[in-house]
Amino acid sequence: MAKLTIDDLKKIKEKAKRRTELREGGDYRAKVTVHMGTCGIAAGARKIMNAFMDELEQSKSSDILLTNSGCAGLCSREPMATVELSGQAPIKYIDLTEQKTKEIFQKHVIGGNVVKKYALGKGSEKTDA
Amino acid sequence: MEKANEKAYRLHLMVCAGTACVSNNSFGIKDALEKEINKQGLEDEVLVVTTGCNGFCERGPLLVVQPGNVFYQQLEEKDIPHLVEEHFLKGRPVKKLMYKPPKEKSPIPILSDINFFKKQVLIALRNRGLIDPEKIDEYIARDGYSALAKALTEMEPKQIINEVKDSGLRGRGGGGFPTGLKWEFVSKSSTNGQERYIVCNGDEGDPGAFMDRSILEADPHAVIEGMIIGAKAIGASKGFVYVRNEYPLAVSRLIKALEQARGYGLLGKDILGSGFDFDIKIVRGAGAFVCGEETALMASIEGRLGEPRPRPPYPAEKGLWDNPTCINNVETWANVPVIINRSADWYSNIGTKTSKGTKVFSLVGKINNTGLVEVPMGITLREIIEDIGGGIPDGKKFKAVQTGGPSGGCIPAKNIDLPIDYESLTEVGSMMGSGGMVVMDEDTCMVDVAKYFISFTQNESCGKCTPCREGTKAMYEILDRITKGEGKEEDIDLLEDLAKSIKDSALCGLGNTAPNPVLTTLKYFKDEYEIHIKEKKCPAHVCRELNTYTIDEKTCLDVGHGCDLCRKNCSANAISGETKTAHQVIQEKCIKCGVCYDVCRFDAVKVK
Amino acid sequence: MTQEIITEIIGKYEPDQSSLIAVLQDVQEHFGYLPKDALTDVSKELDVPLSRVLSLATFYSAFSLQPKGKHPVHVCMGTACHVRGAQPVLEAFERELGIKDGETSEDLEFSLDTVRCVGCCGLAPVVMVGEDVHGKISQSKVSRVTKKYKK
Ligand SMILES: Cc1cc2nc3c(=O)[nH]c(=O)nc-3n(C[C@H](O)[C@H](O)[C@H](O)COP(=O)(O)O)c2cc1C
Ligand code: SF4
Ligand code: SF4
Ligand code: FES
Repeated sequence: MAKLTIDDLKKIKEKAKRRTELREGGDYRAKVTVHMGTCGIAAGARKIMNAFMDELEQSKSSDILLTNSGCAGLCSREPMATVELSGQAPIKYIDLTEQKTKEIFQKHVIGGNVVKKYALGKGSEKTDA
Repeated sequence: MEKANEKAYRLHLMVCAGTACVSNNSFGIKDALEKEINKQGLEDEVLVVTTGCNGFCERGPLLVVQPGNVFYQQLEEKDIPHLVEEHFLKGRPVKKLMYKPPKEKSPIPILSDINFFKKQVLIALRNRGLIDPEKIDEYIARDGYSALAKALTEMEPKQIINEVKDSGLRGRGGGGFPTGLKWEFVSKSSTNGQERYIVCNGDEGDPGAFMDRSILEADPHAVIEGMIIGAKAIGASKGFVYVRNEYPLAVSRLIKALEQARGYGLLGKDILGSGFDFDIKIVRGAGAFVCGEETALMASIEGRLGEPRPRPPYPAEKGLWDNPTCINNVETWANVPVIINRSADWYSNIGTKTSKGTKVFSLVGKINNTGLVEVPMGITLREIIEDIGGGIPDGKKFKAVQTGGPSGGCIPAKNIDLPIDYESLTEVGSMMGSGGMVVMDEDTCMVDVAKYFISFTQNESCGKCTPCREGTKAMYEILDRITKGEGKEEDIDLLEDLAKSIKDSALCGLGNTAPNPVLTTLKYFKDEYEIHIKEKKCPAHVCRELNTYTIDEKTCLDVGHGCDLCRKNCSANAISGETKTAHQVIQEKCIKCGVCYDVCRFDAVKVK
Repeated sequence: MTQEIITEIIGKYEPDQSSLIAVLQDVQEHFGYLPKDALTDVSKELDVPLSRVLSLATFYSAFSLQPKGKHPVHVCMGTACHVRGAQPVLEAFERELGIKDGETSEDLEFSLDTVRCVGCCGLAPVVMVGEDVHGKISQSKVSRVTKKYKK
């Protein structure tokens, strides 16, 4: 890979933003993030990831981004996942099981209806940085 | 006072006059209320006022009655005579008109309004949960490496150092040494033509803490970027990250992150075309707490026994292979890019006079919300424990919080309003440490906690100096006998003497601080020690050798119908009885394991 | 056999003393412990006296000179687990497996060790058996856990 210049850095930033921020006309309509730190994995995040993968495969959709990230902070409510549909506030789900994961995928990711009973909250944390 | 001609009303009725409620006829409701109140002759007792929007617009028109905060919703004029008569005259609130929070329909709370998240300020953890740590592009998308670009092209090393100095950032690894000052020292030490080194301390020895691991797992590039900026500032060309080998996920994500950064030319030669060269190597620790101490850590990097050596000389002068070395903690490094991006001024506005910015704590133990929290310095323990942590589970009473790990101390409940910074924690006998925060409740035995930490430091003492090696052993033996009911009255004085001499004469920070958990528990919980020694009892029933297990035969038989569960689970065959009869503990055989107490579903097993 | 593996591991690093710990870590990962002849080989190939290799191997708690069981049991003794009752859990494992902390059962099925914070304090007290994490464990649940791994 070629070495970056500062201009390249800016280009990568714009490109990556387009991919991850679910903008109008972007690549994805929905983004599902499974929180996979050591704590999440210990609580069963891998199973949750696999369940989402299965659902995604069966749905044959190509406009859903399934990704992972580190610990979301609230270890006692793991496994956790965040579902974000384009144009809507992200929803954080807690205490997940494979069964709940399937329901969330069908109802929220595909159907567009938040599964309130498993949701912790909507929106994201304030970051000042 | 002005109260003189103000009438004292018994009740205030607040009618919402927000736009939505007005369009729902709230003024008609107000008129109807006043009319009815006059009719009943209550005008001197009940006052009707209008208020602004309550935010429950879809339920308007709204009426709130104070005192009592009774909430009536979707009122119609025809409801009013009944409401006035029942509630305001006869004092019986009208249930059917009240607001019921509908279970299923309750709106989803806003995440940043939830107590756990509300008081947190994310700087070191700025990307948590938001990016895929294995994709450098996602880090870049959130302003990653823009601080590096700035530092390499727009700033002189001296400016970088000054910015970090002015920010007030202090080391997050425990000691709290001003980071900018350390950088300045290193940049000024002579190298005799050799190299300078950068080290990231990711040994995270505190046995109940996982801040650094979580940062490395969730956002490895934040640490890498901080290190490159530091390298530019002090003029280093080589860096090391020392990570515990017990953190496999952190190690593998870090390896990936380093490869990606190298691939983009953010590490290696001529970084971002600026002419600056720097690269980073990972060193895996091998499980020795003392290796978190900087001189031991460097010995370990060199492939030697991880034993500390006396300071001075400090690593800033003679570090790795005797060259000037700048060593900082993971979290310290993760703060650096934000300071460069947002300015020292901005950063130093957060926190207290002596401690700037935020601190990440791992909040664990007897607390409802366990997790990683990043809070501004100066926040009180109460805010962390009650608001963020959601209090103590099972309605138990908060007893103490331990900070600073094996080097820190226990802070008692009476200090719950203590604002947290480096100085205030030291003042109460504990320390900031790397960020472990273990909450303890009434079921925690403070003598046992002291014994736990001393046994830890005793195990981890590298053995190089006598006070630490022998002193902690002696302290452990005393604590052990106290918890076994063999304590003597003079033991408390003995512990204090030993603690003092270890503190004064140990070689490294491990020994110097090892007595802290004992000293603070002695200071704040001496009564617990005394009960163990004099009455041979453990009030929290943790020191099991002091417990006596018995079965309340009446409860066992009447409530439990002699379910026999305890007998089946007793590995010492120390319980007599059979199904449908009362059970008994045979004291001579009982090994006091407490299994029967745990398994009995009828609370028939008692512990004294 | 051992010789070849050692040569291969050493080949990944710079051939001097600063690589010693990393080499031992890989050897331990490969064999599950540090076999005696492996240490001799390491000493020869890195040209470090055997006594030095041994002193490192005993100083750092990540290393073991004894073979471990097929199902290594690690009871977390971190602070969070301790205040939530890890000690009785450890003792229950000792009774259940008939071995003490640090030992391996005679049939090489189980070994029992303590570790500090495995990083999921939210699940405290925590026990790991091999790669499996068992959270919120109590002494009365111990036999249920070991049953899963017994032949
Ligand atoms: C016994 C002992 C253990 C330590 N453990 C750690 C540790 O786990 N992580 C850490 O960053 N610093 C630890 N330190 C502090 C380091 O010696 C050093 O001060 C620190 O890494 C400097 O970085 P900072 O200024 O960014 O905090 C320890 C110190 C002592 C005495
Ligand atoms: S479990 Fe409780 S009720 Fe049942 S036999 Fe034992 S003591 Fe009695
Ligand atoms: S404490 Fe343990 S040994 Fe004693 S009676 Fe109960 S189960 Fe049996
Ligand atoms: S203390 Fe046991 S997992 Fe952290």
